[in-house]
Amino acid sequence: MTTAELLGQDPGWLIAVKAVLVFAICVLSTLMAVWTERRVLAKMQLRTGPNRVGPAGLLQSLSDGVKLALKEDIIPTAADKVVFIIAPIIATAMCFMSFAVIPMTGVVNLFGHKTALQLTDLPVGVLYILAVTSIGVYGVVLAGWSSGSTYPLLGGLRSSAQVISYEVAMGLSLVAVFIYAGSMSTSVIVGSQHQHIWNAVVLFPSFVIYVISMVGETNRAPFDLAEAEGELVGGFHTEYSSLKFALFFLAEYVNIIAVSALASTLFLGGYHALPGLGFTEQWLGGWFTLIWFFAKVNFFFFIFMWLRGSLPRLRYDQFMKFGWKVLIPVSLVWILIVASLRVLQQQGAPRSAILAFAAGVVIIVMAISSLVERNKEKVRNADLPEGEAPNFPVPSLPHVQSINVSGGK
Amino acid sequence: MSDFSDNLNVEKKKSGQADINSVPFTEVQQPGPASLAQQAKGFWVTFSTMFKKNQTVQYPDVKAPTQPRFHGRHQLNRHPDGLEKCIGCELCAWACPADAIFVEGGNNTPGNQLSPGERHGAVYQINYLRCIFCGLCVEACPTRALTMTNEYELADDKREKLIFEKEDLLAPLRQGMLAPPHPMYPGMTDTNYYNGDVKEAHPSQGEK
Repeated sequence: MTTAELLGQDPGWLIAVKAVLVFAICVLSTLMAVWTERRVLAKMQLRTGPNRVGPAGLLQSLSDGVKLALKEDIIPTAADKVVFIIAPIIATAMCFMSFAVIPMTGVVNLFGHKTALQLTDLPVGVLYILAVTSIGVYGVVLAGWSSGSTYPLLGGLRSSAQVISYEVAMGLSLVAVFIYAGSMSTSVIVGSQHQHIWNAVVLFPSFVIYVISMVGETNRAPFDLAEAEGELVGGFHTEYSSLKFALFFLAEYVNIIAVSALASTLFLGGYHALPGLGFTEQWLGGWFTLIWFFAKVNFFFFIFMWLRGSLPRLRYDQFMKFGWKVLIPVSLVWILIVASLRVLQQQGAPRSAILAFAAGVVIIVMAISSLVERNKEKVRNADLPEGEAPNFPVPSLPHVQSINVSGGK
Repeated sequence: MSDFSDNLNVEKKKSGQADINSVPFTEVQQPGPASLAQQAKGFWVTFSTMFKKNQTVQYPDVKAPTQPRFHGRHQLNRHPDGLEKCIGCELCAWACPADAIFVEGGNNTPGNQLSPGERHGAVYQINYLRCIFCGLCVEACPTRALTMTNEYELADDKREKLIFEKEDLLAPLRQGMLAPPHPMYPGMTDTNYYNGDVKEAHPSQGEK
């Protein structure tokens, strides 16, 4: 029985219970994520981190949340009131919605019913997630625009441009997964990995591209230029306070958990145990798979924290260049390769032909990259022609005769 | 070689022909982009730091001792028999660059002997909102009455509370000390006191 059929037998009340459960898991893991992040980052910086509220500071984010909720709620005079209020709601709601199709456990017993902890299983589940997160961008754009202030506007535009361009790379990296699994349904993708091997292994380039673009997608360090404190104050949420700000905060973390969950679902075998530990999946009546799932999600979340602790923020143009000129072309080429290999396989080509094709592709890619590298070297080492000025203002150098500033002679 | 070009430049400058582009210029070798291994090293730094002992001092729970000569709150010391060392000379107040100290001297009378000799500090205030903890007052003090402790927790919710009076600054009475006012040690002069000849209070000093 497929997961879709299994979930189709759920009575209405069980679906409601599961919806509440998914919501609670999201909120709880946000609270835990904030605490974990602060503690782990602190460890990376020889600090302790929050340790005052509750045992080991576990309740710190809860008390922060309560504090935020009790703060004065300010709506700026210049703000567009309705949009200003709707924006954080859109951002948060969309993040939660993407969790609906993520399979968190295998077959388990929930209140006497055989089911899986997954709200619904769409045949286009991953597309649905992409769509929902795209709508989440509206929250950011509208928040920036409706604040009636310059910094939020700039921050909102930046982060929407960022999210949209990295969503392209993300979508492309997922195409290889679809080709390989032959489905867009999350549970089928998990199942196909269980039968063969993790996608992270066979589709390693896709995995790397996905991990990079998921950091870009969620506006996190080192790609957090949308809220670059030094430049844009707080980015799109500068004018937000109190509960509305808390909603954006919640959205950010739920989003991180959502993309991490998607990553573990699509590339690390979802809720299934590590290879060789399959027997653990029967423990606790199947509920042990939830632990495997969250272990994988936390692995990705740790990567988020590690990146934040290690890397400085990228410049905006570097960031965009990286997204459009590196990630997207690379994933396009990779998709072509995967598609060709897949077709070869399905047409029943002999193994040697497939291997030969793969080797040929590798040789071509290496040749191109070495050519590009040599060309780069040439450009880097080339002197400016004698007597010629670059057309941007530069400090005086011996081989630069005149300085051209803002078009004047 | 460089001498020569420098001279050339100076000459040109003198004649007003110096060209900014003729300044001697050496190419600086720019470091190229870091290799992948070098970049990975940065990640190793943060990762390995997680397993190091962290440097945080859990301050209100754990108070790290200061350096022994840390400049903290002041203290007005006593002679071993309990008499105050301060003679109200105001040298500390005059030495203070921040004008944080206010002293008013008073006469020692037979019924009100607070310090050896003729004079004592009647009013002694240090304003810790002004004090910069430079220690010039301690250097100025001729009787070693004023020294500094290592106490650094000087914060309060009212400005008035941060003006420390004489009672706040006086050192506590130790073993063998009697609370002044009381007469000087029998047979001792103030010079004996300064020379450290008085080791403890004499029983007769406590009699009323």
